[in-house]
Amino acid sequence: MTPQLLIFYVLAALAVIGALSLILQKHPIHSALSLIVVMVALAGLYLLMGAEFVAAVQIIVYGGAIMVLFVFVIMLLNAGVEEHTNFSKLAGYLGVPLGLALTAFIAAAIARSTETVQAAPPTLSAQTTQSISHMIFKQFVYPFELTSFLILVAIMGAIVLAQREK
Amino acid sequence: MVPTNYYVILSAILFGLGVIAFLFKRNIISIFMSIELMLNAVNLAFVAFSQSHGNLDGQIFVLFVIIVAAAEAAVGLGIIILIARNRRSLNVERVDLLKL
Repeated sequence: MTPQLLIFYVLAALAVIGALSLILQKHPIHSALSLIVVMVALAGLYLLMGAEFVAAVQIIVYGGAIMVLFVFVIMLLNAGVEEHTNFSKLAGYLGVPLGLALTAFIAAAIARSTETVQAAPPTLSAQTTQSISHMIFKQFVYPFELTSFLILVAIMGAIVLAQREK
Repeated sequence: MVPTNYYVILSAILFGLGVIAFLFKRNIISIFMSIELMLNAVNLAFVAFSQSHGNLDGQIFVLFVIIVAAAEAAVGLGIIILIARNRRSLNVERVDLLKL
């Protein structure tokens, strides 16, 4: 077993345990902390794949900004333990088998695909961040500018939604 | 090196767990977090294929997904604050104005 495979198994186990914990925890704040574990494990996997820039953005934007926003809202609303009704029991009985079936279908489709894609890495790892910046500001400059507009709209929408009406 | 299949299967498992959490959770904030989990699973598949094909387009797409997720989180949490203020509850079953 190569060291890379070992690191992969550790990080993958961490991510799956975090996702299971997200489901099983009853309190939203515990779910949010489990989600942070998943995101940091995924950032480690990105590093393992030689995608440093995506790993950094994952930790800064997802683990930092978005999850802080979540935790902030959970604490602001003082969200408690979620209550369970008859309907949520039904959702559990139907939802868990159906979700497992969906996972099995996707995994079966992947396993069945004969093309076992082998990693062809070291060409990528050297100057990934530089190449990404070249692509964003040349080839993808128009979608990039559109996303700045999207974020502006999102900021205005959030302010309009959250302000108290007079 | 780790084969790409492993990453894609991990991505499928995380996506399935996200779907289960989406169906199973009753708290509106937890449901929102399971959507983020599904987006993360898809990002993992994007980066894995980007690495195996030696093409950076997938990583660019991941950056766009992260930007859209940030915008979505801002607007969605604004809506959640509004629901909590008007309904005094975060249970999705109590948010049934559109139900016949």
